[in-house]
Amino acid sequence: MSSMAKQTPQRANLLQGTLDMLILRTLLYGPAHGHQIGKHIQRTTNEFLQMQHGSLYPALHRLQQKGWVTAKWELAPDRNREFKYYRLTDKGQKQLAVEESKWKQMVDAVARVMWPVVEES
Amino acid sequence: MRWWQGRKRDADVQRELQSDIDLEEEEQRESGVPPQEARHAALRAFGNPTLISEQTRAVWTWNGLENFLRDVRISIRTLFRSPGFSVLAVLVMALCIGAATSLFTVMRSVLLRPLPFRDPDRLVMIYEHFRDPENNAQGFNYTPVAPADYLDWRTQTHGFEDMAAWYYWPPNLTGEHGELPEMVQALGGSWNLFPLLGVNAAIGRTFTESEDRPDGNVVLLTWSLFQRRFGGDSSIVGRQIHLNGKPYTVVGVLPKWFTYPDAEVQLWVPYARIGSEVLTHHEYHFSRVVARLRPDVSLASALSQVEALQYQLHMQNLHAPVAEDVASRTLIDDLARDVKKPLIILLCAVGCMLLIGCLNVANLMVARSAARQKEIAICSALGANRITLIRIQLIESLLISMVGGITGVVLSLAATNWLVSIWKDLPTAQNVHPDGVVLAVTCALVFGAALLAGLLPAISSTSKSAIAETSSRTAPGSQARTALRKTLLTVEIATTVVLLIAAGLLLKSFWRLRTTDVGCVTDNVLTMRYSLPGKKYDSPAKVNAFNETLLERVRAMPGVRAAALGSTVPGAGYGGDDMFTIPEHPRIAPGAPQPEALFRTADPGYFSALQIPLLSGRFFTSADRNGRPKTVIISDQLMRQCFPGENPLGQHIHSMRGNADYEIVGVVADTRYLVGQPDKVTLYFPVLSGENTTGLALAVRTAADPLSISIPVQKLIAELDPKLPVSHVLTMQQIIEQSLGNASLSASLVLGFAVMSLILASVGLYGVLSYLTIQRTGEIGVRMALGAQRGEVVRLMLVDGLRPAFYGLVLGLAASVGAVRLIQSMLYGTRPLDPAIFASVAASLLIVAALACLVPAWRASRIDPMQALRTE
Repeated sequence: MSSMAKQTPQRANLLQGTLDMLILRTLLYGPAHGHQIGKHIQRTTNEFLQMQHGSLYPALHRLQQKGWVTAKWELAPDRNREFKYYRLTDKGQKQLAVEESKWKQMVDAVARVMWPVVEES
Repeated sequence: MRWWQGRKRDADVQRELQSDIDLEEEEQRESGVPPQEARHAALRAFGNPTLISEQTRAVWTWNGLENFLRDVRISIRTLFRSPGFSVLAVLVMALCIGAATSLFTVMRSVLLRPLPFRDPDRLVMIYEHFRDPENNAQGFNYTPVAPADYLDWRTQTHGFEDMAAWYYWPPNLTGEHGELPEMVQALGGSWNLFPLLGVNAAIGRTFTESEDRPDGNVVLLTWSLFQRRFGGDSSIVGRQIHLNGKPYTVVGVLPKWFTYPDAEVQLWVPYARIGSEVLTHHEYHFSRVVARLRPDVSLASALSQVEALQYQLHMQNLHAPVAEDVASRTLIDDLARDVKKPLIILLCAVGCMLLIGCLNVANLMVARSAARQKEIAICSALGANRITLIRIQLIESLLISMVGGITGVVLSLAATNWLVSIWKDLPTAQNVHPDGVVLAVTCALVFGAALLAGLLPAISSTSKSAIAETSSRTAPGSQARTALRKTLLTVEIATTVVLLIAAGLLLKSFWRLRTTDVGCVTDNVLTMRYSLPGKKYDSPAKVNAFNETLLERVRAMPGVRAAALGSTVPGAGYGGDDMFTIPEHPRIAPGAPQPEALFRTADPGYFSALQIPLLSGRFFTSADRNGRPKTVIISDQLMRQCFPGENPLGQHIHSMRGNADYEIVGVVADTRYLVGQPDKVTLYFPVLSGENTTGLALAVRTAADPLSISIPVQKLIAELDPKLPVSHVLTMQQIIEQSLGNASLSASLVLGFAVMSLILASVGLYGVLSYLTIQRTGEIGVRMALGAQRGEVVRLMLVDGLRPAFYGLVLGLAASVGAVRLIQSMLYGTRPLDPAIFASVAASLLIVAALACLVPAWRASRIDPMQALRTE
C-alpha cells in the first residue's frame, strides 16, 4: 500500500495532459459514468495506468465546463440505479481529433530522438 | 459558475461520488470480498472521497476569491471563539499602529510634504556663517544676515531668481486713539517676499516695491489678527491702525493658510521700515533671507557666488562682526530644525514598539497554534495542504492587524491633535493632518505587521515535524516551537532594553535641565515685558521717569519683596549681544575673532532683587544715569576670560553698540541665558542710561503666589500709561519650563513607549512560561514523584524563563551602545553610556522579568504529581 502510494505520483505525472484525451477517447464508445471510465482505462492498459479518482473527477468536470462532454443522471441498465453518465459532444469530438494529432506528433518526435532511422538518409 | 448554484453543484458531486463508491463496493462484493470488508476495500481503491469532492468542486469554483472568503469566514469564527486573545491582540496592534501613524502624520506634514508655496523645492534659506570654531560649537553656525549683506547679495549675485528677507519686530498695536493696546509679533518683510513665495493676499494686495521704504507706513494683516481683532470685516483694508503710536495703512490681509514662519505672527510691515541708516550696516545680524534658486543653476554654484561676495564683505569690514562665509538649508529644513531630531528619534522609538507589538502578537499566535495543534493535525490528515493552513493563519493575523489598524487610525487622529497641541516647537506653516501617503503607509504597516505576526507561527506550526509530533505524544510538546517563542522573546526584550535606555538617558538629561541653576532666584518671581514707544518717550528723561516711577510704586506694593528692571532676565533667552574690546589691552589683530558678550541692562536694584551675588566692586546706583558716568558691570566668566590675574575694576570696556568706553565698576556671578545652553560672558549696562533701544523686563519677587500680583502690577502700569501694553506675563518657573518643553516632551513620549514595550515584553514572558508549564506538567509530575522539592521546581522554571530575558538583556545592552549615538546630541549633562542608567535599566528589566516568571513558576510547583501523572 505504502509503496504504491509512493509510485503513483510518477504515473499521475505521466498522465497529466493526456488524461483529458483518454477520457474523450473512452467516451467515443458511448456514454459512461466516472467509475466505468476509470475502470476502462485501467483495464485497457492492463492496469499500467492506475486511475487516480482525485484526478478523474476534476478532469470530468473540467471537460464538462469546457463543453466537450455533457452529463446526465440516467438509470443504469444492469444496476437499476441512477448514475451520472457523461456523453461526448460534437465539440468534444473535434477536440479529441486535435489532441490525438498533437499526441501523434509528440510520439513521432520522441521516437525520432529515441530510435533514429539511419537508412533513410 | 454562479454562487447560488454552488449548493446544488455540491450535492451533485456528492451524489456522483457516492454512487460510484457504492458501485465499487458492489463490485468488490461480487468479486468475492466478504461484505464487511467490501466497504473498506472500495474506499481504499477509491481514495479520500472528501478530498476528491473538494478537488472536483474546485474545478467549478472561482478559486481564489471563493477560497479566500471561506478562509475569512473560518478565521472570523476562530477569532470569536477566543475573544480574550483576539481583544488583546487587537489592542496591542491598535496602540502600536496608532502611535506609529500619529508620529508619521507629524513627520509627513513637517518634514516630507512640500510647503504650500510655488515650486517649494527651489526655496532655500541663506545665513551668514562664521568660521570661528567657538561659535560653531555653540550652534551659531547659522547666523541671521545683516541688512547690507542681504542687499549686496541680492544685487550682486545672479544664481538666484530673487532673494527676500524678513526680521522680527514686536510693536505695540493700538487703535487710532490708542485704545486696546497689545504687544504683537510683527515681521518686517521685503516687498518681493510674497511674490517669491507665490503668495497672494486674500483681501487687498501685498506690498509694492515703492512701499518698501523707511517711511512706507503700510501693513499686511495675517488672517488670525484680521479675524480676532477686526472681526473679519474686510473694510479694514484701506483704514489705519497704530503701531508704536504711528499710523499704518492696511493694504491687505494674508490668506488663512499662510502661517509662515509661525502662527504667532500677527502682521507684516515693509522691510525698509527699520530705517535707511540701519540698512547700510554689515554687522547687525537680524534678517532671515529666503532665496529662490534659478531653474538652470545648481545650488552649489549659486551659493559659491554668494560665498565669494561675503568673503569680500568680510575683508572690507575686518573690525566688524561680518561673517567670512554663508550657509544654507532648504526652507522646509529651516522650519523643522528644532523638531527634526526629536521626531526621528520618536519615530525610531515607535518603530521599536511596533516591532515588539508584532512579536508579541506572533508569540500569542504561536501559543494559540500550540493549543490548536490537534486541530491542525486533523485538518492536515483530512487533506488540507500546507499552503491552505498557512493562509488561514495569515488571514487571522491580517484580520487582527486590520481591526487593530482601523482602531489605531481612529486613535491616532485624536493623538495627533493632542501631540500638535502640546508640541510648541512644531512648525505650523503646514497643517498637520493625515493624507493619502499617511494612509498608504499605515496600510503597508498593517500588512507588514500581519505578515510578521502571522507568517512565523504559521510556518512553524504547519511544518511536517510539528504535525508529526502531535500525532505521537503530547508531552515533549514541540521543542522547535518553544525555541521559536524564546527567540521572539529575546528579540522583544532586547528591543525593550534599547528603548528603556534611550528613555532613561533622555529623562536624566531632562532632570539635569530642570535642576539647572540659572544663577538667580526663581521661586516666587513674576516677570512681564513692555516696550516704551519711541514716539512718546523720545528723551532719556521721559524714559527714566516712567521706569523709576514704576519701580518705586511696585516696590511699595504690599506683598512685594523686591523688583528688578532689565532688558532680559536670566533663562529667558539670548536677548541680544554686543562686541567689545578692552582699551587697556593690546589691540586685536584685524581678522581675528572679536570677543562678544550678551548685552543686558539692569537697574540699581536688579542684582539684589534677583539675588545675583556681587563678587567685587559695586552695583549700579541711581547716579549711573543718562550715560554720565559711562559704567558697566561684567560677569564672573568675562573677568576670568579677559582679565586673568588682573583687577578689572577701573579698566574699561569699549562697546560696539554704544561706540564708547565704559568703566568697569563691578563683577557679578554668572547667570545662564537659556537652560541647556553653555554659559556666555555678559555685559550689564545701566538701564537708567535712558536709552530706549530694547524692550524691558520687569521682575517682581513676591512673598506669596507671584501670579496673584500680576493684575495689580498690570493695573499700575495702565495707570502710568494706559496705552502701554504688557506681554509675556510669566513666572520665572514658567519661563524655565517653556524652554524645557521639547526635552520634556521627547523624554516623556519615549518613556511612554518604553514602558508600554516593557509591559508587552513581560506579558510575552509570562505567556511563554505559562505555556511551558503546561507543556511540562507531566515531566514536573515525574520529577516531584521522584522526590523533587517544590523550591527546586520553582528554580527550574525560573531559570528556564529568565534565560531568554537574560540573553535579550545582553543583546539589548550591546545594541544600546550603538543606538545612543542617535540621541547623543539631545543629551544635556548626561553621558550617552551613563553607567547608572544602564545598570538601573538592567536591574529593573530583570526584576520585571522575574515577576512575570514567578507566577507560572509557582504554579508549576503546585502541581499535584498524582494528578499530573494520571492526565499523562
